Amino acid sequence: MSAEQHAPESMTGYIKHHLAHLQVNQDAGIFWTVHLDSVLFKLALALLFVFFFLRLSRRATSGVPGKLQCALEMVVEFVDGVVKETFHGHSKLIGPLAISIFGLVFLMNFMDMIPVDWLPWAAQHAGVPYLRVVPTADPNTTFGMAITVFLLIQWVGLTHKGVGKFFGEFLTAPFHAEGGLMKVAMAPFNLLLRLIEEAVRPLSLALRLFGNMYAGELIFILIAVMTLGAGLNELMTWIMGPVQFVSGFIWTVFHILVITLQAFIFMMLTIVYLSMAAEHH
Amino acid sequence: MSLNITLVIQGLAFFAVVWLVMKFGWPHIIAAIEERQKKIAEGLAAADRAKAELAAADNKAAEEVKSARVKAAEILDKAHQQANQAIEKAKGDAITEGNRQLAAARAEIESLSHRAKEELRKQVSLLAVAGAEKILKREIDANAHKALLDQLASEI
Repeated sequence: MSAEQHAPESMTGYIKHHLAHLQVNQDAGIFWTVHLDSVLFKLALALLFVFFFLRLSRRATSGVPGKLQCALEMVVEFVDGVVKETFHGHSKLIGPLAISIFGLVFLMNFMDMIPVDWLPWAAQHAGVPYLRVVPTADPNTTFGMAITVFLLIQWVGLTHKGVGKFFGEFLTAPFHAEGGLMKVAMAPFNLLLRLIEEAVRPLSLALRLFGNMYAGELIFILIAVMTLGAGLNELMTWIMGPVQFVSGFIWTVFHILVITLQAFIFMMLTIVYLSMAAEHH
Repeated sequence: MSLNITLVIQGLAFFAVVWLVMKFGWPHIIAAIEERQKKIAEGLAAADRAKAELAAADNKAAEEVKSARVKAAEILDKAHQQANQAIEKAKGDAITEGNRQLAAARAEIESLSHRAKEELRKQVSLLAVAGAEKILKREIDANAHKALLDQLASEI
């Protein structure tokens, strides 16, 4: 694409280009290929989040807070409320984890709100051929987070229950059996169900976020396609222009809800999973 | 990819959303934040006020206690004084009364002893006369003793 960027673009080419990642290390095989755009945007947003969070918490005053501190306090209080309602164990990890997930996922999703052509266009003029700005529309990002959460679930389960009980539950729950023979008979089913349950969690977490954000991005791209390659002297431009404006506007407004909701769901499910891992069956 | 109308319309739509949020969303958030700030400021001010009031009340209470103590001491002093006065007065009264009664008793004793003396004198003279009669009955020498008797009567 980058070589023929001044050629009139075809619709398929445009969409394909928009869905292509900036990849490096392609020679080493698919697995070792890095989506540099996802990585860099996620890193930048994480740094932004950490920077603001630390700065605000350093400056936090017990007196009358500033507006930004107030806003952060509201978010923290909200997340803390959710955590307290949902998670009944004691854990120093879960509050900070929840707010980090919420903040980071929200910021990454928010990249979807920025006009879909802006950053890629700027990047192209800076010599970068491909750029996808929404890290959460890349399954690598969402699976990365979901797998981290999955590992945390296991860790919380292990530390809250102890090794024996943790692995014992693989064989004794969810089907509780009375008597030695029944216990042995139920063990394979319990193990099977438990393995499926554990495997489904990170999968659903990652796919839900990825699916929503990917679909959102795709719809933004499709809206953009309406006036693709249009000239000011063509009638269709004047018809499709307003349509693109209105639909882009509506979808962006709707997307405010989606990105917040998806961030909230990711956080909420993480809390619920960790809570379930900490509780005894 | 070149700069075209698509990019511009995207930007317009984006700014329309920004405008929408600014117009209808942001004020609510800011209002909530400001209300929260106000509440916190009010709470802090109320706490300060309460602290000052408490200190003032403490001071006042201490002053009250102090003045009450002074008053109590005054009352105690006064009571002591009054008691002393009463005791002094009672003492004086008692002494006066005692003196009066003593004087009265003395006067009575005086008059009684006087009367007793008179009585005694009369009885002694009667006794003397009776004694004289008895002597006279044995020694009918009235003449011999007459001078003696007379002398006796005059002496008494």
